[in-house]
Amino acid sequence: MFDALSERLDRIASKLKSRGRLSDADVDEALQEIRVALLEADVELGVVRNFLDGVRTRISGQELSKAVSPGQQVVKAVHEELINVLGGDVLKISYSSQPPTVVLLAGLQGAGKTTTAAKLARWFKQQGRNPLLVAADLQRPAAVEQLRVLGDQIGVNVFSEASDPVSVARNGVEEARRLGRDVVILDTAGRLAIDEALMGEVREISNATTPDYTFLVIDAMTGQDAVATAKSFHDTLELDGVIVTKLDGDARGGAVLSVKEVVGRPIAFASTGEKIDDLDLFYPDRMADRILGMGDILSLIEQAERTMDADVVAKSTGRMLDGSFTLDDFVDQLGQVRKMGSIGGLMKLMPGMTKEMRQAADQVDDREIDRVEGIVRSMTTSERRDPSLIDGSRKRRIAMGSGRSTQDVNQLLKQFREMQKMMKSMGGGGAMPKGKLGMAKAMMGRGGPDLSSLDPSMMGKPAPGTGLPPELTGMGQASPAHGAPTSKSGQRNKKKKGGRVTPRKDR
Amino acid sequence: MTLIIILVVVAVLLVGSIGFFVLRSRSRPPTSSSPQPRVLPEVLAPESVQEQEHEPRGPPETLPEQAGGAPEYRERLSRSRGIFATLRGLSSKSTFDQETIDALEEALLGADVGVATTDFLLGRVQEVAKATKSDDVIALLRAELLEILSHRPDGEVIDRSLSMDVPADRCAVWLFVGVNGVGKTTTIGKLATRETASGKKVVLAAGDTFRAAAAEQLAQWGERSGAEVVRGAEGGDPSSVVYDAIARGKARGCDLVLADTAGRLHNKVNLVEELKKIRRVADKEPGHVAEVLLVLDATTGQNAVSQARQFMEAVDATGVVLSKLDGTARGGVVVAIQRELGLPVKLVGLGEGKDDLVSFDPAAFVDALLAP
Repeated sequence: MFDALSERLDRIASKLKSRGRLSDADVDEALQEIRVALLEADVELGVVRNFLDGVRTRISGQELSKAVSPGQQVVKAVHEELINVLGGDVLKISYSSQPPTVVLLAGLQGAGKTTTAAKLARWFKQQGRNPLLVAADLQRPAAVEQLRVLGDQIGVNVFSEASDPVSVARNGVEEARRLGRDVVILDTAGRLAIDEALMGEVREISNATTPDYTFLVIDAMTGQDAVATAKSFHDTLELDGVIVTKLDGDARGGAVLSVKEVVGRPIAFASTGEKIDDLDLFYPDRMADRILGMGDILSLIEQAERTMDADVVAKSTGRMLDGSFTLDDFVDQLGQVRKMGSIGGLMKLMPGMTKEMRQAADQVDDREIDRVEGIVRSMTTSERRDPSLIDGSRKRRIAMGSGRSTQDVNQLLKQFREMQKMMKSMGGGGAMPKGKLGMAKAMMGRGGPDLSSLDPSMMGKPAPGTGLPPELTGMGQASPAHGAPTSKSGQRNKKKKGGRVTPRKDR
Repeated sequence: MTLIIILVVVAVLLVGSIGFFVLRSRSRPPTSSSPQPRVLPEVLAPESVQEQEHEPRGPPETLPEQAGGAPEYRERLSRSRGIFATLRGLSSKSTFDQETIDALEEALLGADVGVATTDFLLGRVQEVAKATKSDDVIALLRAELLEILSHRPDGEVIDRSLSMDVPADRCAVWLFVGVNGVGKTTTIGKLATRETASGKKVVLAAGDTFRAAAAEQLAQWGERSGAEVVRGAEGGDPSSVVYDAIARGKARGCDLVLADTAGRLHNKVNLVEELKKIRRVADKEPGHVAEVLLVLDATTGQNAVSQARQFMEAVDATGVVLSKLDGTARGGVVVAIQRELGLPVKLVGLGEGKDDLVSFDPAAFVDALLAP
């Protein structure tokens, strides 16, 4: 949908390559682009303004390094400023010396409070605590029932009673004390920030239970209204932190920046999926990437993590590395590709694709993939294991068997050989970047894919003869970079990120 | 075919190298983890059925379109905070300068209209202002907004009615789709109330078999509205629940089936596939899908465009229900959705009570958008 911000900034910067320094006018123009990017990511207007002031001081008069493009340097400055704003102090949960530690969740309707309550209970349990859930949402039909079901799933008791929300909360904390639970999580009803009666009610709940932590639960898809909402909840409840939900969507989540700026308290947790374990501590650098639109590869990797069949992948990637990748593995791997969705969708996420290529990829009918698979399936077992066996007559047989032309068979074999070559270089490639983020960075990096050598005008046309079309040769050089970051980019990346990138925990 | 082969090979490489990474990052021995079952609902449908006191009022569809009408709609929307406050003074200005444009831009962006549509609107306003020598920028902007919301690019008036148009012997189905927590179940509850009140016989299909207690929530709405609710087992196949509801509805001579679905993020391939299946099944005899309504939360920002695009592509969404418009959010993103995708808003959710669902009134919406 959007060009990467760095691309746009590069366009601005291209005319000042000869100069060594950004002039005020250049900075203004760059800031305008950044402004658009932030607004498209749903960062609130006022917050954008303040943020740009911060960026301006960072980039004004900055020496331009020759090694990196100016666009990248500006993006780096923006990125650093984002991390600066989003990060800051990290919330460290300290438990009350007089248990229980009371956690209150509040937010708009549909932000995800009940689910978050259960996820949080699970998180505390994993920290060796003994939580109790309290269902103080008596408004939405079946909200109590929902929390009860979730509580059963994670083995945490749920306290509820038929009275009013304030009493439920108060009695819930009492109950926890009586049962010797050391953490109480209060789930409250969703409410609008301008609903005075309901805001009064949640304040009463807060007064009655004196929570140690009050969290605002906010949807990552929220727009400009995030600021008004956060302000109002903060004024009413004095928030200790924020929990962001639905980060597994494709929203850029600029609201997180808005809320952070308004509330001034840490973003404590991020909810990244539908499973009960999908609650994570918040990583400012990941969020910064996302807001700037660099999170696509990250989401691709996450999608892969969710859908891939580990056994199949283990087998075929193992072979990929030792150079014994066969056409059988190719078909297996194709199955994994399918699981990740349409080819067009996959290609959209791929960095370095030109607009024309994206459009071409969009028009691909996924059933065509079956035809490619059909060609491989028309080979004998020994042919699949050793494609060099395939001579002219075998090619004709395979073409007949799969209902394709011999050119198609040729092309597939040629491409497959290219791929094998790349894989070998991967195997010897050495250091892989650490962490998902490192991987994403390496793939996004400037040493990354140069798919522009694939001529989009050629794509979609019928196979031009038997010879290898010129555009295909480009792939050989282009793809290893995105397929497998070379050791060089890996190391560069490592150095840049230092020890800060931690691989995400296994789910 | 060339393209396909290239793409397939690139994709295999890409996925392979990602797989390589994923394996390395896994700390425990890999277990088979093909498309994982969803274990937990992400987010809840919102809102309550708490009985709220509302003075009786006529059926919402009779809301007048002119500026003076729909007092309730207006009154409730005017609770919103006033980013347009600064614009009041501007309308009397004699020149149309940069400052004015900046103020308009700020107002539109602040209402979630989005960068592209804001640029488009301001371009149009400046053009028209120049051509007509008019200085009343607010009036010009209002007219442009109304134009987007009431006419298709070809000039045809946008149809906001909810279709009951089905072949003979079929039962009309309205399918509700959307991401998690936008208010699908609540919208169905409110709509069931409205449609039964207008004399239709309505069946509710509890097609959200995923979120804990979702069927229970719908059942409570059924009691409230007097519509029959057909539920399946939790974790069961939503398509079959929807089909059963249609079959039951048909057998009992019902006019309309309102089908709930589990909230799903539009970028989750498997879940979107599931939704496509629900739609296919609902369209089989004796049912006929007359409307696919995408429920959007008014607090959502630019991501709503992406949601609309994906749901249109996957299940041919026919209209938008804009929920939670009674808060401070103005829902301006629907202007962008109408302009870029041509998907009209049909209903608006204005609160948590059973009568708080009204037909979309562009004039009232624009006034609220521009109101101080």
